[in-house]
Amino acid sequence: MLTQEKQAPALPETDTLLSGGQALLHALAEEGVDTIFGYPGGAIMPIYDALFDFPGNIQHVLVRHEQGGIHAGQGYARSSGKVGVVFATSGPGATNLITGLADALIDSTPLVCITGQVFAHLLGTDAFQEADVIGITTPVTKWNYQVTDATEIPEVLAKAFHIARTGRPGPVLIDITKNAQLQKFPFQGYKRCDHIRSYRPKPIVRPEYIAQAAELINSAQKPFVLWGQGVILGSAEQEFKAFLEKSGIPAAWTIMGAGALPSDHPQNVGMLGMHGNYGPNVMTNECDVLIAIGMRFDDRVTGRLDKYAKQAKIIHLDIDPAEIDKNVKTTVPVWGDCKETLPLLTQLVEAKQHTQWLAKFREFEQKEIDAVIREELFPASGEMTMGEVIQQLNELTKGEAIIVTDVGQHQMVACRYAKLNHTRSNITSGGLGTMGFALPAAIGAKFGALDRTVVAVIGDGGIQMTIQELGTIMQSGIDVKILILNNQFLGMVRQWQELFHERRYSFVDIQSPDYVQVAKGYGITGRKIDQREDLTGALQDMLAHPGSFLLEVMVTKENNVFPMVPQGCSVSEIRLK
Amino acid sequence: MSEQAPIEKEEYNITVYTENHVGLLNRIAMIFTRRKINIDSLNTSPSEIEGIHRFNIVINETEEVVSKIARQIEKQVEVLKVYYNTNEDVIWQEMALYKVPTDIIAEKAKVERLLRENGARAVVIRKDYTVFETTGHREETDNLIKVLQPFGLIEFVRSARIAIIKGSDGFNRKLREFERDEPGQDAVENEFLNSRDKVFSM
Repeated sequence: MLTQEKQAPALPETDTLLSGGQALLHALAEEGVDTIFGYPGGAIMPIYDALFDFPGNIQHVLVRHEQGGIHAGQGYARSSGKVGVVFATSGPGATNLITGLADALIDSTPLVCITGQVFAHLLGTDAFQEADVIGITTPVTKWNYQVTDATEIPEVLAKAFHIARTGRPGPVLIDITKNAQLQKFPFQGYKRCDHIRSYRPKPIVRPEYIAQAAELINSAQKPFVLWGQGVILGSAEQEFKAFLEKSGIPAAWTIMGAGALPSDHPQNVGMLGMHGNYGPNVMTNECDVLIAIGMRFDDRVTGRLDKYAKQAKIIHLDIDPAEIDKNVKTTVPVWGDCKETLPLLTQLVEAKQHTQWLAKFREFEQKEIDAVIREELFPASGEMTMGEVIQQLNELTKGEAIIVTDVGQHQMVACRYAKLNHTRSNITSGGLGTMGFALPAAIGAKFGALDRTVVAVIGDGGIQMTIQELGTIMQSGIDVKILILNNQFLGMVRQWQELFHERRYSFVDIQSPDYVQVAKGYGITGRKIDQREDLTGALQDMLAHPGSFLLEVMVTKENNVFPMVPQGCSVSEIRLK
Repeated sequence: MSEQAPIEKEEYNITVYTENHVGLLNRIAMIFTRRKINIDSLNTSPSEIEGIHRFNIVINETEEVVSKIARQIEKQVEVLKVYYNTNEDVIWQEMALYKVPTDIIAEKAKVERLLRENGARAVVIRKDYTVFETTGHREETDNLIKVLQPFGLIEFVRSARIAIIKGSDGFNRKLREFERDEPGQDAVENEFLNSRDKVFSM
């Protein structure tokens, strides 16, 4: 089932009578869709009926909750680079998508969600399972549209895919009333969309700004590159590497950008932000030219804005004009697709090596190793730490796996320490911070990259938010490695309560079920360990197991993630303890 | 955020050229709602081009906030172009209607004079009431309320503001560029970059 080459069925001849549901599926096939994550219901039944014997090789993954469906769609999109497709029914089916839509919008993930809707003549009558889906989803979609007439379906779907995947990608939702799904109409073929007059996804690159940026970079003594997911979304990893290697500039990443440059690249100086590395945060306020590539200066990256890189000239490369000057005033804006702008910039920058400047980052790294990292990754005694689990995982995967993380302490630890050799290997909920993201996203990630090992690293809080998706794993037979780091707390909230609320641990002592038993109930092999000497063996078991495997690792309860830039502080006030 | 003295807010006229699309009003309005910004006036109308709609939105904000909002609006798929201007840069008008008892007006010659002075004209004259209309700036329409209040103003309503940008040469040429797959430098929809001062000097 999983290894077949996907081929779109031949399009029906012009004027063939098709139902709206059939036309929709032909549109998906023409867009190269091979996987749909969905959940049927009353108002989307005609589409599911068409899917039942659709001639194409579109596989449908039955999820256990629509939120699981959309996170799976996100995971699929992030690992494959393609548009994730999600089906849900009207009313509660559609409202269950909201968290995923908001997540996909803030993390620029291309999705096309299809929701069923009540018959057009019932719109606005408080019909059964009717919700104002267009109204509700407007703030959390890049674009949405309600179809009430089947003849609109081909053109609207073509627009939906074009909008979802171009420019700054994002989620699109198409709400289709049941009558339109049933309605038969003479099919007029399918034409992919490549132009909408009011939509300019690809800005014209302005050479004068490239020249100004190059001039600044060439005259800089202490230039510093910050990159984000834009490099990955623009498929510009090679262009980015070429720029870095010619210019010799040290580079740090936001968590959404992790993996665009291999972890062990000599110019990769680590992670930015609240729980990022020591050097990159401190050096942000030391550099003379800051080159931001495909990132949006999120508050978790910048800390206090009025003390952020005030000494530096800022060059900002971004495809979204609304990001330029939004949080940080730019000296030179380079508006465009970084796949186009980076090579132009590389041509104009002088080949250099910033050896001394790079060495300063390494000095800070040494301080961080001494103060934090050694103890976290290689503790000599005591209970296990999250860091050493990730470290052991690195030893075994050699950085080849896709790491999907949930939200919280384990996320910060996994993103900080996971070794990533390849792009599209770090899948996490960065902007929205959606707990419960990892399990369904890992399922989707595996469907999007069947040849790769997918490890979902999840805390004991997040796993319980979407644990029902174990049923999706069971039924689809997909191979996902589930690594639960259990500290018996909602750890990140507890850390903040310890540091900023006088250790008043208000409702963070969360209890867990017996995960191994739960997994067993779903036919998934599991193991729980709490001793260091079992760690390597258990991880080996997990990775070697044919099919999904759940490994629960009991880690020390009250460990904190450091370094940390406390909220409201400048990045240079980063704390090592 | 910064330690400098807060920059004064002022009235900005935001002009938005859009496709005619159900739900777009909501999509634009939510950009303000999300930032807890009150829309003082909102008008939608056709534009000089068939099929293209024009929104006139008035808010009271700082230039920095307005410029960011303008870009967020322009980012919406069905929005073609957004401009923002201070009151000095636009010709603007608002229309107001006033309902007053007819007998008082008929009796007092003074009222007739006041109405004339304020440029009001009668739209409907009935036995029991008369409806007057004026068009002008906010102060002018406001002023007539004060004038008519002592004479038993029954009802008052004012329309949204419409504004023409003094420096604009229309949207026709731009639209043709938008319609092309490969726009020429004329379209330069990244023209906001032009308004930056000499961006930096070495």
